[in-house]
Order: sequence, then C-alpha cells, then structure tokens
Amino acid sequence: MANVLADIIPTVFQEIVFGRAPGALMTAIYGFALIATVFTGIVSLVAMFCIWWERKVAGHIQCRIGPNRVGPIGILQSLADGVKLILKEDLIPKDADHLLFRLAPYLAFTPAFAAFLALPFAPDLTFEPRLNVGVFWILAILSVEVMGVILAGWASNNKWSVYGAMREACQMVSYEIPLGMSIIIGIMAAGTLNLVQLGHLQGGGIQTWLIFRSPFALAAFVCYFIASLASNKRAPFDLPESESELVAGYHTEYSGLRFSFFFFAEYAGMFVVGGIQAALFLGGWNDPFGLIGYFYPVLKDAYVAHPSMATAIPVLLLNFAAAGIFVLKAMTIIFVQMWLRWTLPRPRIDQVLYACVKVLLPASCVVLLGAALWQLLVPEMPGIPWVNYKPWRFEDWANQGATAALVSQVLLAVIGVSLFGSLILWIFWAFISGRNLKQRLTDPAEMPDAEPATV
Amino acid sequence: MDLNAIISGSPQQTSLVTTGLFYLFAIMAGGSALGVVASRNIVRTAVCLLFTLLGVGGLYFLLDAEFLAAVQLVVYAGGTLILIVFGVMLTNKSAFVKFEAKLIEVIIAMTMAIILFGALVVGILNTKFASQAMTQGTDGYPILKLGQALLGDYLVPFELASVLLLVVMIGAAYLAKGRRERSHT
Repeated sequence: MANVLADIIPTVFQEIVFGRAPGALMTAIYGFALIATVFTGIVSLVAMFCIWWERKVAGHIQCRIGPNRVGPIGILQSLADGVKLILKEDLIPKDADHLLFRLAPYLAFTPAFAAFLALPFAPDLTFEPRLNVGVFWILAILSVEVMGVILAGWASNNKWSVYGAMREACQMVSYEIPLGMSIIIGIMAAGTLNLVQLGHLQGGGIQTWLIFRSPFALAAFVCYFIASLASNKRAPFDLPESESELVAGYHTEYSGLRFSFFFFAEYAGMFVVGGIQAALFLGGWNDPFGLIGYFYPVLKDAYVAHPSMATAIPVLLLNFAAAGIFVLKAMTIIFVQMWLRWTLPRPRIDQVLYACVKVLLPASCVVLLGAALWQLLVPEMPGIPWVNYKPWRFEDWANQGATAALVSQVLLAVIGVSLFGSLILWIFWAFISGRNLKQRLTDPAEMPDAEPATV
Repeated sequence: MDLNAIISGSPQQTSLVTTGLFYLFAIMAGGSALGVVASRNIVRTAVCLLFTLLGVGGLYFLLDAEFLAAVQLVVYAGGTLILIVFGVMLTNKSAFVKFEAKLIEVIIAMTMAIILFGALVVGILNTKFASQAMTQGTDGYPILKLGQALLGDYLVPFELASVLLLVVMIGAAYLAKGRRERSHT
C-alpha cells in the first residue's frame, strides 16, 4: 500500500512538470522531498497545535480564556506567533561564540525531529518500519539533545544561561536511567524493540495493552511518565527554563526564529514521548475493542491478493483511522503534562536529583525485577492477536497454558478502566455541582459587606 | 513509507543512496576529526567530536549494526561527550581559552602521527574487508542473536564489565564524598 502511494506521487509529479518518466536520481530526490515535506509538515503542525493548546489550557486553569482574538478560538495564534518571531531582529551577543550560538538550536531541534522516524502512527504509516531498534533509537537520539542545550547555555556568554545548561544536563542525563529501565519492562513483555511489532501485539482489545500485562507494567508506566517529564524539561522539572528564576535559562539570549527552534524542540519532544507511551503501554494505534487489529490482516490480505485502487482504499482508510487514534492517545498524555505544568510548583535542583537517584531509580529497579519475575511465573500468550490466535476466545488462551495470563490481564484491565472511569466521573460531578455555587469572587455586589466604590 | 522501497526500484538505485549516505557520514566523521585536532577553542573541539561520533554512528547504521549505532549515540554522544564538555566548561579559567603548543611538542606529535598513519594505511590496504554487512543467520533481527550471545556465550565478560562499571561508580562517589566530609564548616 505504501509503495503504491510512494511510487505514484513522484512519478505523476515528474510527468506533469517535465513530461517524462523519472530516472533513478530524480526518483530518489522526489522520495526524499516527499518524506521531508510530510515529515516537516507533521512535526510543525504538531508543535503549532501544542503551543496554542498549551496557552488555552493554561488560561482555563488560571480562570481566564487564553488566546481568542486571532482566528475563531484563537487557533491561528501559533501562526501569528511564528510570523512575529520570523520578523524579529536577529540578535547575537557580541562576546558570544558565534558559531556555537548558531549551531545550538539545530542541535536541540534535530533529535526531536529525528525521533519521529520511528513513531508508529499506523501499521503502514510509519516512516521507517524496518527500524529494528525503534524504541532504543528514540532513546538514543533524544540523548543528543542534551548537547544542544548545553551548547546554547555556554555559547550565550551569560552566567545564568550556563547555570540553566548545567542543571539541565544533570537532570536530563540522570533521568535517562529510570526512563530506559521503564521502557525495558514494556520491551520484555513484547520481546521486540520494533515499534510496529509492538503495535500489532496490542491489537486484541484493551486487555492486551501492555500496561495491563502485569501490575508492574502499570507502575512502569507511572515511572516512565515522571521520568519523561524530567527528560523533556517539562514542569515540574522545568528548571532549565525556570521562568521565574533565570529569565529563560539556557535560551535567554535567543530571540526570533532561533528561540522558536527551542520551542519546537520542546513540543516535538513532548509528542515523541507521548507517542512512546501510547505505543509501548497504551496500545499504540489500536482501539480498546480490537477492531483495528481484527480488520487489518483481513484488508491487507485482500490488497496483497488483488493489488488495485479498490482494495487499497479500505486499507488506507483503516490506516488513517489508526493514525488518528495514535495521535489522540499521544495528545492525551500531552494534555496531562500540561495540567501538571500549570498546577505543580517547581522543586530545587537538588530535590530533583534526589527524586531521581533515591526515589525513581530504586523504584524502577524494583519494578523491573517484579516484571521479570512475573513474566517467568505467569506464562504468556505467544503470537499476534487475530493473526495467531483469537484474543476473545478463552480456548485459545487455555490451549497455550496462558489462562493465568488472561485472567490477570482482564482483571487489571477492569481495575484500570474503572479507576480511569471513576476519575472522569469525579471531574464530571465536580463540573456539574460547581455550577450551583455562587460566583462570590467575581461578583462583589453579592457579598454581604460589599459597598459600592465611591469615585 | 518504506524509504528504500520509495527510492529503489532497482539495486542500482539502492546502492546509489547507500553510497551517497556513506560519503556523507564519512566526510562528517573525517572532517570533524580534523576539526577536533585543528581547533584552538576547547569547546569547539568538543562539538567537532560530537559530529565525529555522530558520523561513526551513521556508518554503523549503514552496516546494518543498528543496535551498535544506537548504543554509540547513547553512550558516546549522550554520555561520554557530555562528561567531556562538563570537564571542559567547569575547568576553564577564562571564557574562551585557546591552546598554545610549543614547537618541540608539535614536531614529536607530527612524527608519531605520520608513523601511525603509515601503519594504518598499510594495514587497511592489506586487509580483505567484507563487501556487505554480515547478517547471515540473524533472520533480519540481529538484536535477538546479540542478546542471546551476551547472556549466553559471553555471560562472564558481560558480568565482569558491569562489575567494573559498578566499582568505578562507587569509587567516584566515595572520592567525591570524602573530600566534603573532611572540611567541617
């Protein structure tokens, strides 16, 4: 399917523009250009949407509206910001190291950009599905981002920037350990580092999602979430850019388009991290009922048997639906991250490192040990749901001796879904019962001892 | 969107892309190594080293050694280099210190470098290198075999290496802590 798309578009373009079939080099160039456009487009769209959304969420948490002038609900605010940042003066401090100053934003942005390569948006819509080290690649390339931030702080020739850079380096590098260890638990349960395979493995319905594989996987999810907050320099671990302490930390001296690179890097990184959590723990592109996992092999086999436009369209539609689900899950994680930013206060750097080395690291070690023992003692179901076995049939599990696994997964899924559901209901109840409360703070005339102001 | 499938309808196209990428990564690695040696600013040296390591990582990817490339990025570019940069930044007396080498040091270093270069060239020209990546028996998933080898045939060296790293970590923590305890303020 992907080959149909990828072969047709460059060929059609070349024929329309130049009137002849493309040669080897031109096909290669068009291929690169297609990927570059789609890639850059997706990353920029994600970052712009997240910037707008962050300001809206911040506004509503702080009892104000947020951007609402540019576009219908302020949706074009990011565009306006982008235009403003492009038009700004390109300011480089006189004593700053010019080359490194210019280099640092690209070093910070490129890893977040490159990590999108491995994200499994849909079974056929992954940029590089053969990347056998998918998860590890994301971890590896995100550790190059530390260098960009350090350079930005150093090259600014500004003491406060250097402080921000140092704190950030300590924080990001130390939190990579619990990050990696939490990822290992999901990998252990799956047996593969390939993110597309991980997605296929979770296609049997909500009880096959890796977060419900064992209680330790749930703990690993929480550990990973906290560690990913720190690794993204995201509140409450946003000391590198602590706005109330260091002006802007390591990117104080950056203005205009260079500053927007750091911003893009942050939001792209948030999406990557949310994407990993969605892919590793929350079922990737699958819906809770296993429908996508059920229909995908059927439609794909139909396409492979008779390749044509008629059989390609259903597969394409399924892929787009799967990509939508994946993006929704990643956006939910980002949403939770935004809540935390505007709710929690900021700890000191020694408290941050204490939390990493003395709390999160032992916790993730214990969780890793527990998950490994669980996997040894509770035999699991081998194979891909709907392809090798039917996940909703009890006999299939019992034949493989995996009854205990099925029972535990269903139990954990029920507990997890009911916890989540009760949270949602609680918020809903608060929202409904809050409507009856009098707005004392905004309506002084209703207060008993209020007096009209005399001018 | 399979990159190779997009680009390669034929083996010639695949090797065109691979050759181009090889030259890109090789120039990045070699040119940055030159920059490491030739630069007079310590921090720029470290940045050139970063690009050298990234170039070598890219070459590992071209050799189908994906795990090794990712490990190179994590350990070298994301760990060792950060340490080097920390050391450089925290031990600088002034902002942008420059190297000043004496003439006799330059002469000795050049002699040793030329001898080493000659030896390397002779060695490389006389070696029979494999024409493509050695991935037989891995069924396209070499990490499985790597993991089985590390925890199977090579378990003892693996454990010894991790014990060594643990000893290093404990020793460093002890040394750093000892100095603080002695000064009672």
